[in-house]
Amino acid sequence: MTYDERLQQVAVLGAAGKMGSGILLLTAVEMADISLKPENKGKTFVLNAIDLSDEGLAGLMDYLRVQVIKIAEKKTVWLRQMYADRADLVENYEIIDQYVHDVIKLVRPTTAMETAYRSSLVFEAVTENKDLKVKILKQLDENNPNKPWYFTNTSSVPIQIIESEADLTGRVLGFHFYNPPAVQKLVELIVTQKSQPEMKQFALDYAKSLRKVVVPSNDIAGFIGNGHFMRDALYGINQALELAKNRPFYEAVYMINKVSQDFLIRPMGIFQLIDYVGIDVVQFIMKVMNPHMKDEELHSPILDQLMELGVKGGQQSSGVQKDGFLKYEKGTITAVYDINKQVYVAVDEFAASCDQELGELPAGHKPWKAAVRIADKDSHFGPYFEAMKQANNPGAKLAVKYGQNSNAIGRKLVSDGVANQDEDVNTVMLTGFFHAYGPINNYFA
Amino acid sequence: MQKKLYMTAGYNTVSLGTGRKEFNPKKERPGIEHYISEAGKGVVKQIGNANKIDETVIGNFMAARFNKQAHLGGFAGLVDDKLEYKPSLSVEGACASGGLSLVSGMRSVLAGTAEVALSLGVEVQNTVKAIYGADILAGAGWYQNRKSGHAYFFPGQFSDRAGVYYEKYGYDYARAGMRQWFVNAIENARLDPDAQEHHNATPDLAGLYDKMKPNGKAFVDHLNVLDCSKVSDGASGILISSEEGLQKLGIDKSQAVEIVGWSQVTRNITKDPVDPVELTTIKKAAEQALEKAGITLDQVATIETHDCFSIAGLLAVEALGLAEKGKGAEYVAAGNTARNGAMPMNTTGGLIGWGHPTGATGVHQAVTIWQQLTGNAGKAQINIPANRPYGMTINMGGDDVTVVAIVYKRG
Repeated sequence: MTYDERLQQVAVLGAAGKMGSGILLLTAVEMADISLKPENKGKTFVLNAIDLSDEGLAGLMDYLRVQVIKIAEKKTVWLRQMYADRADLVENYEIIDQYVHDVIKLVRPTTAMETAYRSSLVFEAVTENKDLKVKILKQLDENNPNKPWYFTNTSSVPIQIIESEADLTGRVLGFHFYNPPAVQKLVELIVTQKSQPEMKQFALDYAKSLRKVVVPSNDIAGFIGNGHFMRDALYGINQALELAKNRPFYEAVYMINKVSQDFLIRPMGIFQLIDYVGIDVVQFIMKVMNPHMKDEELHSPILDQLMELGVKGGQQSSGVQKDGFLKYEKGTITAVYDINKQVYVAVDEFAASCDQELGELPAGHKPWKAAVRIADKDSHFGPYFEAMKQANNPGAKLAVKYGQNSNAIGRKLVSDGVANQDEDVNTVMLTGFFHAYGPINNYFA
Repeated sequence: MQKKLYMTAGYNTVSLGTGRKEFNPKKERPGIEHYISEAGKGVVKQIGNANKIDETVIGNFMAARFNKQAHLGGFAGLVDDKLEYKPSLSVEGACASGGLSLVSGMRSVLAGTAEVALSLGVEVQNTVKAIYGADILAGAGWYQNRKSGHAYFFPGQFSDRAGVYYEKYGYDYARAGMRQWFVNAIENARLDPDAQEHHNATPDLAGLYDKMKPNGKAFVDHLNVLDCSKVSDGASGILISSEEGLQKLGIDKSQAVEIVGWSQVTRNITKDPVDPVELTTIKKAAEQALEKAGITLDQVATIETHDCFSIAGLLAVEALGLAEKGKGAEYVAAGNTARNGAMPMNTTGGLIGWGHPTGATGVHQAVTIWQQLTGNAGKAQINIPANRPYGMTINMGGDDVTVVAIVYKRG
C-alpha cells in the first residue's frame, strides 16, 4: 500500500476534541492535497470524523471551514496550479471556495464507530484513559478486516501496553501532537519493539508532509514532553508549599509562577502552564505515569484537593482560559486561588510585597518574547544566568535552583533511556513548550 | 492650449493600511463615503464656499467590488449641499482613474461648461484580504488573461517584467536600483504625516530589503513585498480652474499651479506589452505632455511617477529619458531620484511609501506637485530652483495601458 493509498480510508477517533479536531484538520488537508494530484483524480478519499458528541461534531465542521479557508488563502499560488485545468475556476476566491469544498467533502462527521471498520489508518485522540483506549481500539480492530495502522495521540500511556492489551501487534505507534496540533510544530514519535518498519516510515513521511518536527521518544510513560513537564510542575508545586510555610499558599503560588516565568524567561509560569493544560489533565497524566516510575512519587495532593473543589483550569471550546490556580481576565492573571478560603485573592493586594521580597530581575533581563528571537542565544543567556547566580536575592536563588532541577530532569530523561540524546529533550522543550533555551544546558549544569 | 488652466486647494486624507499605527484590520473602519467627504470638504474649506464649484468628478477604480458601491457621482452632495443638483460623475481607468478625474475636469473647464471643477479620487481597499483584493485589481488587465495569470495578478505582471530586466541587465545590478527606490520611498514618506509609511522606523531599510529575497512559492518570482505599493484606503481632492475661476475664488496665482501640458493615451488592453522592459505608453504620454508644454525635462524640478512596483519606477525613469534603456537601475542606485538628487521623484513617498489608494493616486500626485511648487509641502518640501519651475505627474492604469501625463508650472 503506497502512502497515497494508505490515506484513502482514514478515521479520527475523538475528532471533536481539542487534539482530535486539529489532527482531523491537518489530515483532511493532507488528504485533499493528495486527491488533487493528477494521478489520483477520480479516486475516493474518506475521512471519518468520529466522536460521541453530535454537538461537538457540528462545532468541528464550523472550525474546519474557518481553518481551511485560512490555509487555502495562504497557498493560493499553489492551488491555482492544482486547479489549472478547471476553466470554470478563474478568480482566487472561486479557487479557494472549491478547495474548501474539496477538503470538507472528504470528512464524514459521525457518532458511529462502525464507519472506521473500513479504515486503513486510524488516529486515536480520545480521553487520556488507557482502559478506554484499549477497549475502543480492540473492538475496532476485531471488526476491521484491513489490519489498519493505529496512531495514538496518548501523551503518557506506554504504547506497548496498548499494543498488547488491544492485540495490535506491530500496528500501533505513538504519534503525539502538541496542543494545538494545527499550530504546534512538534510531534513525539514512539514505536514499540514490534512496530512494523513501514508503518514508522509512513509516520515520518506523514509528519514531513505536515511540516512537523519529529522527535523520537522511547516507550516510557510520559515520554519526553510530559516526562519533563510533570516533574517540573511537581517541583514548582513543592517549592510553593515550601514557601507557604511562612506565608499564605496563594502568595507562594504567585511567587513561584513569577520565578518560573520572569526569572527563568519562559513563555508562561509553571502554574499558568498547569492551568493551560488543565489541572484535571495534569492529575490524570501523573496518575498514568506514576506506576511506571521507580523510586519516584509523581503525585500531588494539592491537585487532588483542587479537583475536589472543582477548580480545573483548561480551556473553553472558544480557547478562553478557565480559572485554575490563577484567575484570568482576557488572558491576564488577575488573582490567585486561596485554597483554604476557597476564593480568588486579587493579585493587586499582595503582588508588590511579594515582588519586593523576590527582588530585582538579574541584570541583562529580557522578557521571553524578545529573548526567544535572539539568534545567538548563548551570548545572551550565558551572562544573564551568570548575573542571576551572583545576585543575592531570593528570586534569583529560587530561579537558580529551579533551573538546576529542570536541567537534572532533562538529563535523567536521557539516562533513563526515554530520550536518545540531550538534543531530543531540548528540541521537545524548545518546539513543544516554546522555551527560549533547552533544559539541558551549561548554565545550570 | 485654448485657455489657461490652474490647479489649487489640494487635499489628501491619510493613506490608511498596514504601516499606519492606527490601522487595525480587525476593527471597523470608515467607509468610502467618509473618504470622499473628507477630501471634498478639505478642498472646499480652503476656498470658503462650494458655491463657486460648477462640477464634481470622482475618479475611482473598483468601489463596485471593494465596497459594493457604484454610482459615486451621487456622493458630491455629501461633500457639500451646494454641489447637489450640479453635474457630478465618476470616471474609471484602473489605477489611472485619478488621472482621468483630473483630465475630465480639465476638459470641462477648457470646454467652458465649468469654470471651477472639483476633482476627487478615492479607493477603499482594505475591505478584503490581499488575496481577494488581487482578484479585484486584476480587472485592470484583460479578463481573458486572468485564468493563466498569477494569484497576485498585477505583482505577477510586473514580476515578469522584472525577471526579463534581471536577465538582460543582471540581477544584482537591477536589485540595487530597486532597493534604492524602496529606501527613497520610505525616507520620503517619513516626512509626510499622511503617508502610510510615515510611522516606519526601520533603521536599516537596505538591509531589510536584502533579507527579503523574492520567493515564488509564497508570492511572485521576482519581487518581494517591499517592491510593491501598499493596499490603501484614501482619497485626494484638488480644484481645476480657469484664470477667471481663480479670480472668482480669490486665490492668488502663487497658491496655484498652471497646467502647461498634458496627455492621455491608451494602448490595446488585449495585447501583451511590445517590450517587457519598456513602458511604451508612459514614454509616449510623457513625450507628448512635454512637447505640449514646450519644455524639456531639465526644466522640471520634480516628478511624481506611478511606482506601483519598484521595477515600474526604474522603467519610468528610462521611459522619461532620464536614463538610457537598461541604465535606470544605475541612475536610481546613484541617488539621482532621491529628494536631494538630480531629479527628485515621489517626494512624499510615491505609491510604495505614501500609499496607493488606486483610484485616488492620480489626484494625490497632482496634490503633491501643487504642494511642492507652491511651498506647501511642509517637512517634505524640496528646493524648487528658479530655472526649473516645472513639475510633472505620470499616472498609469493597468500594465502600461492607460496613462495620464501632466506638466505643471509654478503659478
